[in-house]
Amino acid sequence: MGTSFGRGGATTFQQDLQNADCIVIEGSNMAECHPVGFQWVMEAKARGATIIHVDPRFTRTSALADLHVPIRAGSDIAFLGGLINHVLANDAYFKEYVVAYTNAATILTEDYVDAEDNDGVFSGFDPEDRSYDFHTWQYEGMEVQAASGQRDQQYEDRVGASDGGKSGVRKAGRGEAHGSGGAAISGEIEHDDTLQHPRCVFQVLKRHYARYTPEMVEEVCGIPQDLFRQVADALVTNSGRDRTSAFCYAVGWTQHTVGVQYIRAAAILQSLLGNIGRPGGGILALRGHASIQGSTDIPTLYNLLPGYLPMPHAHEHEDLDAYIEADSTEKGYWAESRSYMVSLLKAWWGGAATAENDFCFDYLPRLTGSASTYDTVLAQLSGETNGYFIIGENPAVGSANAKLQRLGMAKLDWLVVRDFSLIESATWWKDGPEIETGELRTEDIGTEVFFLPAAAHTEKDGSFTNTQRLLQFHHQAVEPEGDARSDLWFAFHLGRRIREKLAASTDPRDRPILDLTWDYPTKGRHAEPEAEAVVAEINGWDAHGDPLSSYEQLNDDGSTACGCWIYCGVYSDGVNQAARRKPAGEQSWVAPEWGWAWPANRRLLYNRASADPDGKPWSERKAYVWWDEEKALWTGHDIADFAADKSPHYRPPVGATGAEALTGIDPFVMQADGKAWLFVPSGLTDGPLPTHYEPQESPFRNPLYRQQRNPARELHPHENNRLQPSGDEPGAEVFPYPLTTYRLTEHHTAGGMTRWVPYLAELQPEFFCEVSPELASERGLEHGGWATIVTARNVIEARVMVTERLTPLRVGGRTVHQVGLPYHWGPNGYSRGDAANELTSVALDPNVHIQEVKALACDIRPGRRPRGADRAALVRDYQRRAGIDDETGTEV
Amino acid sequence: MGLLSESEYDAPLPRMGFFTDTSVCIGCKACEVACKEWNHVPEDGLDFTGMSYDNTQGLGADSWRHVAFIENRTGATPVDLGMPQVGAPDAADGADGSGVRPDLPPGGDLIDGEGKLQWLMASDVCKHCTHAACLDVCPTGSLFRTEFGTVVVQEDICNGCGYCIPACPYGVIDQRKDDGRAWKCTLCYDRLGVGMEPACAKACPTDSIQFGPLDELRERAQARVEQLHEKGVDVARLYGHDPDDGVGGDGAFFLLLDEPETYGLPPDPVVTTRDLPVMWRQAGLAALALAAGVVAAAFGRKS
Repeated sequence: MGTSFGRGGATTFQQDLQNADCIVIEGSNMAECHPVGFQWVMEAKARGATIIHVDPRFTRTSALADLHVPIRAGSDIAFLGGLINHVLANDAYFKEYVVAYTNAATILTEDYVDAEDNDGVFSGFDPEDRSYDFHTWQYEGMEVQAASGQRDQQYEDRVGASDGGKSGVRKAGRGEAHGSGGAAISGEIEHDDTLQHPRCVFQVLKRHYARYTPEMVEEVCGIPQDLFRQVADALVTNSGRDRTSAFCYAVGWTQHTVGVQYIRAAAILQSLLGNIGRPGGGILALRGHASIQGSTDIPTLYNLLPGYLPMPHAHEHEDLDAYIEADSTEKGYWAESRSYMVSLLKAWWGGAATAENDFCFDYLPRLTGSASTYDTVLAQLSGETNGYFIIGENPAVGSANAKLQRLGMAKLDWLVVRDFSLIESATWWKDGPEIETGELRTEDIGTEVFFLPAAAHTEKDGSFTNTQRLLQFHHQAVEPEGDARSDLWFAFHLGRRIREKLAASTDPRDRPILDLTWDYPTKGRHAEPEAEAVVAEINGWDAHGDPLSSYEQLNDDGSTACGCWIYCGVYSDGVNQAARRKPAGEQSWVAPEWGWAWPANRRLLYNRASADPDGKPWSERKAYVWWDEEKALWTGHDIADFAADKSPHYRPPVGATGAEALTGIDPFVMQADGKAWLFVPSGLTDGPLPTHYEPQESPFRNPLYRQQRNPARELHPHENNRLQPSGDEPGAEVFPYPLTTYRLTEHHTAGGMTRWVPYLAELQPEFFCEVSPELASERGLEHGGWATIVTARNVIEARVMVTERLTPLRVGGRTVHQVGLPYHWGPNGYSRGDAANELTSVALDPNVHIQEVKALACDIRPGRRPRGADRAALVRDYQRRAGIDDETGTEV
Repeated sequence: MGLLSESEYDAPLPRMGFFTDTSVCIGCKACEVACKEWNHVPEDGLDFTGMSYDNTQGLGADSWRHVAFIENRTGATPVDLGMPQVGAPDAADGADGSGVRPDLPPGGDLIDGEGKLQWLMASDVCKHCTHAACLDVCPTGSLFRTEFGTVVVQEDICNGCGYCIPACPYGVIDQRKDDGRAWKCTLCYDRLGVGMEPACAKACPTDSIQFGPLDELRERAQARVEQLHEKGVDVARLYGHDPDDGVGGDGAFFLLLDEPETYGLPPDPVVTTRDLPVMWRQAGLAALALAAGVVAAAFGRKS
């Protein structure tokens, strides 16, 4: 989303779904996983919208949809590519919108070679280190810096420095840098508004998807052609001037080795149909937890600082100027990134941060390589990482290849787990699966494990930032019991104690900790820090200490402090705007006075595109914001995502920079060129256009290209992370069934919040697998009985749910049966079972390091799994039968 | 015969109830959990039933809301009464040996067609009958009709006699094993008393469970069923809305998308105490006749 539109958040908000004329839910089981938000889908349906659910299984979402389209897990790009081809081939795109608001007309360099002309690989690929050089993907006559994604790609070009590898900096994925974009551009864009130039993005797109025909969709996805056409017709009929369609997705799209490109494919389709920035349109990224959006905005990610500012890399001689040079842009709002960064440093180091010392820029840690969760596990196994905090997560159940996670933890010196209950990640050393199989012995494990009970959201003040970038503050209802404390309490008092221990230190390395502003007021008998004081710091203040109201007030001279520039305004006027709860009945349907949304309380992003180039609504029915000629202001139902007084007829003077350089018809204000990117010239590690690749493990050959899998996917070969053969490779037949993992309404992710709660445990009391009657009959599986499921990593058992909701598909001329596994269970708690993630592998998307757990391949057989040492023996036997060694599945 | 005219209230409050529109139920079970949380209803056992996603199995002393899950195909004929049932569908290989179901396309048409896979979800609850047999048979007065027209068990009065259990035509009210007393939905009597809606209706994210004055709910339900019919959903029908049915109409009624039997609901419920007056009359006549006979025998011989 960040690379396509400029910001890595949902483009719309859930309430706006009610305005949609068609909603496609794909890669999401919205009714089950977002039941509260699903009310707006039901509202749209009641108003006559067509609801389509594309999913390998018939779920509770499918049950309420008008149309369910069963699809083979891992084939969505072929399906979406088919829709893109349908729209292009039938001239069904929204021409005025596409020409004005996307980069369709932009001309690419002659050096660009499409995957279509190179058997599935784009130009610039280096098979040695499995990575792309993006230079050939550029616009003709200019260079574009990405709004988000791999912004460090161009560091050497831009700073003019090369360390020749001396610093030992390893390639570090920067794909989570997907927040608030804005991109550098130098030179003038060459474009052809007739869209006829053979090297314009539109023509490139047309050629790239020409072979994604309904026949090919059927061949790859198992979707019959008439069903495909029903979806295509519904989308085309319900898009355009007077109608809009929305897409909803969740981790069913992201958790693939080519996951970012799934979302890119939807971004292309929605841009072609003119559905971005308009009411009832957009792409709704449904986030998996209550505050996952918040944990990327103010990140728990290793490579980002608050507000999607990139974490500095350990390049030689990098100082604040070089950092800004590398990451800011000439056009768009990222041109102000020095102000955002200096204000952040002032918020963290206060008076110690001065212009003379680069505002303490050197206090920030530097990245020397990837520290993503899976890299960290590998570093634990190799002894590089010695300590680990696990807070609100249960990797021994919830992360891919759960066994690898536990083996990594067994190599640590210390481990801190903060949770409500004794989750599996806290007890694996005494009763985990490897203790039972004899692969680990408690007395041999040197890890010191600390378990600290955590307070629940009802026991503390704080805020959630939900799926639509909406901050909602909640107040404490009761005191936490016993030793349970909030995460804020833990972080604050840990910092306080460390600072006390270091107080007498004169070592310069301790200055970053000692100089921190760490003076939050506390309250109550547990000295709980005031959460609202943290909100105030995040919002920021001016030189007089008065709260700021907008990030446009931020300065780069140290006169303002702001903990997260995109949240600036959440405490404007000294009022906690996130705590606003004005009832729906007392305000408009947009509900601007419920909580506070970033940026600047806008609910629908890029909403300048809801008006035509002249600033008039595309139609009365779809009016949202528009240009008021009399007042010379943008007005409407929401706050315009555009300079409020910038006329649609504004054209920048030559040499303009920053936001000034964007024209009056550039709705995507964070992008270098102000346009939605159908084609991504930079910012992605695995290609400028989404291309169908098979999952890491698939029973099928890629029928579109010789290239079987994403050539740039990220692999971590390890003896406990063996990969399986695919397609027509010998041994692939040992694992003939595509497998997908998912959630149920009744439980939450790895179960830490639900498996210990009797009222929820009784609703889904046991781990089960879902199979079709046909597969049950093929493998002798008995409804209500037990099944054993095996991959190259591990073997598990599950109760059998035989259901027609799983249907066999015809793919590549043969019948395929899919296996479904909810992944909530583990051996601890009130409701117990094996963990589905014992089966999954660490094979990652190269942009964001997300694991592929939505599509893999397995074998399934009746009965319970072996116990003790026999369990590992069975896995070894499968590996032997499939001829698996350390090279298998690692081919480019 | 108005229900509240039978009551002791001079200025009766409007009768309150539930309208459960199963056509928008997403089976999230929030109603079950909210009910248990509010009313301190105990956990009801960890049984993996294999009945689709229904592990609650039915209403009982420890489950006052129950979401039924029914996997079937449109146009399927319900076979018999009983529990909402899915179980294991028969494994049926495609006739062509491909393994793909030959006559049943995956997914379906935009317009409901015969034989399309459907997954029905419906949240069941005590019906709070107009003529409530449980209340009729209660010897202690524990069961009573509230000022809202609902039927409530008073847990401090119930003596566990169990007469109400077989009296319920829907099999709703139930005895708790460990204490013997009868338990069921109170329509959150305590919440209603302070102007709040019942916990289940409050928690329902799609307004499948609607709470309000029964008259209004009946009008709303009629409009909804007409709307669905206009959209071509001919199978939509109301259940328990009719004041002239065997229980005098339910205080909690439903919009269903299939036959009541499909959901485990009796198609034509009758208050089990309906025939009691007649029975008593006949018993009385029989007793009189017997007495007359005895008298005749005693005195007749004399004469």
